[in-house]
Amino acid sequence: MKGIGAANSAPSKEIVIDAPQIAENGAVVPIEISSNIPGTSSLAVVLEKNPFPLAAKFDFMEGAAPFVKLNVKMAETADVRVVATAGGRHYSATREIKVTIGGCGG
Amino acid sequence: MAGPMKMRATLAGGYTEVRVLMTHPMTTAQSGQPLHFIQNITVKLNGKALIEAEVSQAVSRNPVFSFRLKGGAKGDKIEVTWLDNKGESNKIETAVA
Amino acid sequence: MNRALARILLSLAFCAPAAAQDVKKEIERYRQMVSEGSPAELFELEGEALWKKPQGPRQASLEKCDLGLGPGVLKGAYAALPRYFKDADRVMDLETRLLHCMTTLQGRSREEATQRVFGNADRPSEMESLSAYVAAQSRGMKMAPGESHPKEKAAYELGRALYFQRAGSWDFACTSCHGEEGKRIRLQELPVLLKPENARSVAASWPAYRISTSGFVTMQWRMNNCYQQMRMPEPAFGSDTTVALIHFITVTGKGETYQGPGNKR
Repeated sequence: MKGIGAANSAPSKEIVIDAPQIAENGAVVPIEISSNIPGTSSLAVVLEKNPFPLAAKFDFMEGAAPFVKLNVKMAETADVRVVATAGGRHYSATREIKVTIGGCGG
Repeated sequence: MAGPMKMRATLAGGYTEVRVLMTHPMTTAQSGQPLHFIQNITVKLNGKALIEAEVSQAVSRNPVFSFRLKGGAKGDKIEVTWLDNKGESNKIETAVA
Repeated sequence: MNRALARILLSLAFCAPAAAQDVKKEIERYRQMVSEGSPAELFELEGEALWKKPQGPRQASLEKCDLGLGPGVLKGAYAALPRYFKDADRVMDLETRLLHCMTTLQGRSREEATQRVFGNADRPSEMESLSAYVAAQSRGMKMAPGESHPKEKAAYELGRALYFQRAGSWDFACTSCHGEEGKRIRLQELPVLLKPENARSVAASWPAYRISTSGFVTMQWRMNNCYQQMRMPEPAFGSDTTVALIHFITVTGKGETYQGPGNKR
C-alpha cells in the first residue's frame, strides 16, 4: 500500500470517480476513474475491505489520458479509493459503493 | 487456449476511446479454485506502449476496460495484450475507426 | 456493529417505501454502466466460431442451416422466430431450430447435441453461444414471429392456455408470479406477459448476458428454470410446451425493434 502512496496521499477533488451508488451484483462493479491533476502518471484503485486491497494500477505514458473504466469485485459495501500520482506526489479520492444482498426478504 | 477478445477504438472529442473485452475467469483465492487471473495489460498505439496496467484478482471475470488516448487518427493501430499468472497471454489489434 | 445486523439493516433500508424510487434509479444506473461493456459480445464471437465449425458424423458446419429465411440466411432470422417449418412440420423457436440443424446437417444425435444445453460462467453451452450469434444478426429489426400458419396459431393458443394452466405439486401456473401487476421477487420485477406493452420489452431482451451469474441465458433456459421453480416436471429441450410458451410471449410482444443480446440482472 505504501508503494502506491495510499498512506501519504492528499485528498483531491480533481480525481473523478464515476460509479453507481448501489451495485446489484458485487461480482461486477463498474467504476470509471479519471484525474484532472496536471501530470498524472498513474491511477490506482484500492478496495478498502478486500483481502488484497490494490485492485489495479494503471501507468500512463505521454499520449494516454489518465482515465480508465473497469469492473471490480466487491464482497460487501465498502469504500473505493483512487490514488493518483502526479509529479512524484500522491492524491486520493474516496467513494462508497453499496453492494446489495437481494433486497426485501432476500 | 485463451478465449476470444473484442476491441473497438473510435475517435471522440479529441480522444481515441478504446474499449476492450477479454475472456478470462479471473478466479480468486477465496473461490477454492486454482488462482488464475490477468496480471498485466499493455495498450499500444502504433507499436508504442502508452498504458501499462498491473491487475489483480479483484478485477471481474471477463474483464472489460475502457481507455482514452490523446489525439489519434483513423487507421491508427491499437494493440492490447494481456498476461496472466500462469504465463498465458492473448492480444488483439484493431484500427481506429 | 456485527455484519449480520448490518446486513439486516441494509436490506430494511431498501425496503423503506420512500427510498424505493432512489434505489430503483441507482440500480438502473448500475445496469446501464455494466451493459456499456457487455460481455454478451464475447458470446457472439464464440457463437460465430461454432456456426462455422464442422462437427458431427457429417463434419458439416451450420452455415447452410435454414432458420426460416433460407439456408444460411442469418440477417433477420431471429426476429422472425418462432415460426412454422415445413421440413419439421412444427413451430420452432431459435434453439429448437438450431438443434434441428445439428441433427440433420451435422448428423449429430439429439442425445449428444442436447447433452449440455445450459452452460455456466466457466463454459457456456454451444446453444447459448450460437443463440447469441444468431440473435445478434437481427439487430435493428422488428420482432415479427410467424402468425399466419394454422400451426402457428395453434402454438399461440396452446401457449396462452399453458400460461394459465395450474399444475405440478404446488399447483402453480405462470400467472402465479406473472399474473398481477407490481409483483416482484426480491429486486426482480415480474412482468405480466399477457399485456403487449410488457411482453414487447421482454421478448426483445432475450437471449441475454446475465450479470449475476456471468453467464448467457436463453429462452429455453428461462422456460426450463421457471418450470423448475414452479415444481413442475422438467420440460424436454425444445418441447412443444416450451415452444408454445415462447411463441405466445413473442407474438404478444411483437413489433419491438430488436437491439441485440442484452443484459439482465
